[in-house]
Amino acid sequence: MIAGVGVVFLLISVLTVAGALAAALLRNLVHCALSLTVTFAGLALLYLQLDAQFAGFAQILVYIGAVAILVAFAILLTRGAGAPEYRNFSSSWFAGLSIAAAVFALLAWAVTKSLPVRVPAETAPAVTVQSIGAALMSSYVLPLEIVAVLLTVALIGAVIVAMPEAKATKPLPEKAGGK
Amino acid sequence: MTPLAAFLIVAALVFAIGLAIALTRRNAILVLIGIELMLNAANLNLIAFWRFGPHSSGTGDGLTGMMFAIFSIAVAAAEAAVGLGLVIAYHRHAKTTDLDAMTRMKG
Amino acid sequence: MSFLANLDQVFVLLQHWIAGFFPLWLQPVVATILGVIAIVATFPGIFAVTTVLERKGLGRMQNRLGPNRVGPLGILQPVADGIKSLTKEDIVPLSADAVVHFLAPVLLVIAVFLGFAVLPVGRNMVLVNFDAGLLFFFAIGASTELSIFMAGWSSRNKYSLLGAMRAVAQMISYEVPLLLSSVVVVMITGSLSTVKIVEAQSGFTGWFPHWYVFTPWGFAGFALFVVAALAETNRSPFDLPEGESELVAGYFTEYSGFKFALFFLGEYLGMLSIAGFAITLFLGGWGAPFSFLGFVPSWGWFFLKLLAAIAFFIWLRGTLPRLRQDQLMNFAWKFMLPMALLNLLVAGAWRFLGDGWGRWVICSIVLLTAYALLGRVLMRKQGLGARSYRYAE
Repeated sequence: MIAGVGVVFLLISVLTVAGALAAALLRNLVHCALSLTVTFAGLALLYLQLDAQFAGFAQILVYIGAVAILVAFAILLTRGAGAPEYRNFSSSWFAGLSIAAAVFALLAWAVTKSLPVRVPAETAPAVTVQSIGAALMSSYVLPLEIVAVLLTVALIGAVIVAMPEAKATKPLPEKAGGK
Repeated sequence: MTPLAAFLIVAALVFAIGLAIALTRRNAILVLIGIELMLNAANLNLIAFWRFGPHSSGTGDGLTGMMFAIFSIAVAAAEAAVGLGLVIAYHRHAKTTDLDAMTRMKG
Repeated sequence: MSFLANLDQVFVLLQHWIAGFFPLWLQPVVATILGVIAIVATFPGIFAVTTVLERKGLGRMQNRLGPNRVGPLGILQPVADGIKSLTKEDIVPLSADAVVHFLAPVLLVIAVFLGFAVLPVGRNMVLVNFDAGLLFFFAIGASTELSIFMAGWSSRNKYSLLGAMRAVAQMISYEVPLLLSSVVVVMITGSLSTVKIVEAQSGFTGWFPHWYVFTPWGFAGFALFVVAALAETNRSPFDLPEGESELVAGYFTEYSGFKFALFFLGEYLGMLSIAGFAITLFLGGWGAPFSFLGFVPSWGWFFLKLLAAIAFFIWLRGTLPRLRQDQLMNFAWKFMLPMALLNLLVAGAWRFLGDGWGRWVICSIVLLTAYALLGRVLMRKQGLGARSYRYAE
């Protein structure tokens, strides 16, 4: 244990943060998308370390299996593999960086200065996939239905937004001489 | 440092990096990547608190954190899809994804 | 314990015996490492046998002999193939993205090997018994799509990119019927753990086993799962992304030597693992087909069923023509997805109709009617008429 945390946790978090930093700094967009995938994988491993099996596997299935590929396809459809015509970082990059650093400093200060009300639990709460299913059908059935409607709306909306526009109808020949 | 504090600091770091990406890079898709990173960091916070927090047996049987995280994953995926659809539609119109050039609402 | 029970558990006993040589705190690690070594040794061995079977089998189906030079009847052909691919020059195109080009086959092989971890090969013979084992397998399977995209994009070759985008579109489309057809099994079993799913199918009524494939919803689910599995692993008749007559070699055009061998290995291992899961979910896993055949060890039944599945896939490859891209996308979204959703409904009805012959009749009729109607609706748009022949003058 180094500084109170295990070696495995340190390795996984180094991997995650390195992936996030690579996504921030790399020039090539597809490389950014791939390092984002590494970050997602690192986060899934952290969930597994927290005994949240279902969340970890759902993270891999949804984020690496779908969102990462979606991002990669969007990159391909908008610019191909060529170099960008504009610079990588916006002109106000220093302001953005300092804001992000300030946010991190505030969060880290809040975390380290606050004392837990109770001692953190040593054993994981008993959770099985069956209990998650039962909870989804009993206590959380309303959020489940709302998320279902949300996903349907998002599906239809994304298709409509990204569809090519219908071609404008040609004017009829009789109207060519009028008006 | 308790294990809970360690996980929260990692989540804060990933959140700050996501925020930096969203604020400093010029490509619209990278901004969406930054937003996804921020959502993921929040998920990590949720699960860390679920694991190390009190295991209440009120409504939800002590599964609240996990449930919240699962719904958040679903919603974030839907939002990524719609956001990327918007970026693709804009690119088809203006042939660019440069955020500094998207300054006008008029097409 | 009797001799047969010992034979059934011989690998587990071997693992415990070897782990017994190590101190107590090291034993779980050693036991797991032994399991990993067993997986890494066995399944590539089956892959080698599969390549020989495929080339000889396809050859006989196409009215020719397969390879017959190396070893008696060409059995040692995989050795020759291995030596060839290891000693070939590894050409990386100058404009290719070297790092991603290297990592793509590595990611594929890693993902495919990880999928074998939750496959119950015999009684008590699974590497990890996750509570959400099936979800783990599908999650890892979804990662293979990313490696195909990486391979296609990093080659900086239009054919590769086109093949990769076709392959990813196909795999994403068929992922949905694959998952839905396995959700039926999860619904009836009540657990995502592969071990529990196999144990739920291990009973017998008289002579006949309780395999899920022998129920109406199980048969429909099995058919859907097998078709979706063929499409997920880019295997004929869904092999347009790598069709040799179409796209040179699709997304692995620019790969040569050992990396090509890794892709080949990854594809076939993917086929083996998804066949293994079809067996686990629907065909009773390591269970015997008749109760009086229980003396054969459980791992023997599993590998026999795996062999039968591989033979079936090779048979399909030699028989059916390739589907066009739009045909296979239509098939996925307009036929398989509605059938999978209807199958869910039928399985729910099965559960609540109670025992008896009534539920067999109702469920079978609903499924057959839906199959006929959906097929008819889809075929109407094809405009198929009577066959007409044209001869050269």
